[in-house]
Amino acid sequence: MTKTESKALQAKEKPEVSTPAEQTRPGLVFTPAVDIFETDKEITLLADMPGVKAQDLNIDLHENQLTLNGEVQPLEADSELDVIREYRTGKYYRQFTLSQVIDQAGIKAELKDGVLRLTLPLVQAAQPRKIEVKAA
Amino acid sequence: MLLRRRTGWPAWGLTGPFEDLERLRNQVERLSGGLSQGFGEPAAGVFPLMNVTEDTDTFFVRAELPGLKGDDLNISVTGDTLSISGERKFTVENEKARYHRREREAGTFSRIVSLPGEIDAGKVEARCADGLLTIILPKAEKAKPKQITVKAS
Repeated sequence: MTKTESKALQAKEKPEVSTPAEQTRPGLVFTPAVDIFETDKEITLLADMPGVKAQDLNIDLHENQLTLNGEVQPLEADSELDVIREYRTGKYYRQFTLSQVIDQAGIKAELKDGVLRLTLPLVQAAQPRKIEVKAA
Repeated sequence: MLLRRRTGWPAWGLTGPFEDLERLRNQVERLSGGLSQGFGEPAAGVFPLMNVTEDTDTFFVRAELPGLKGDDLNISVTGDTLSISGERKFTVENEKARYHRREREAGTFSRIVSLPGEIDAGKVEARCADGLLTIILPKAEKAKPKQITVKAS
């Protein structure tokens, strides 16, 4: 993201996903679009999860498996009838395997305007260190 | 076009192979109509995708706009037309960051939709929460359905 783009956005359908485990509740499951970038100190993950509230989002890190699970509460009242339906709503689910060792205690998650920002700090040992050679 | 008897009494008048064909055509139409009433392809492929619902007094337009705030949007209404435009901007992250994945997109968008009825433009409300935009558009008085009572004579 070194420069700001201003191209026109294209409409895209959310990709549907089949989760490894059977769902306990019926409903659609989608893959959120993510950006993942890494600096020397941390890995940052940004995920688009419109409609997910903080209390409905579950983030789980277990043996380098990062799982995002977000529930969406329906907004529509029962009295409303469909006129046009272009997008569908459902859960968001995505799983990643992290290659680096993460400092689990230092993980920070922030959900703002439907975008999750997850900061995963790398453990000290995994951070590249420049070793200075001292002249004897 | 003449009104035609669809099914029924073969002993009556105009029957023949064409009537069977007509019946088949009607059935196919009904079948395909039923399919397209479900979730179809996005009509224009224009961002953002919208869901429009209505109740007796109001239209509701909803769109998924993650990361956008109310200030980033321009919404205007005239007659039965709603237009939404804006820009999804990303802040510049760390310049030195190495990207593993980049699926989210930034850019400008503009969309105009015609609603099936006139709107009371003065009472339109819009809300943006959790990346979901909801626009509440009260129907104009003349677009509301009227209940007609049958008088006993």
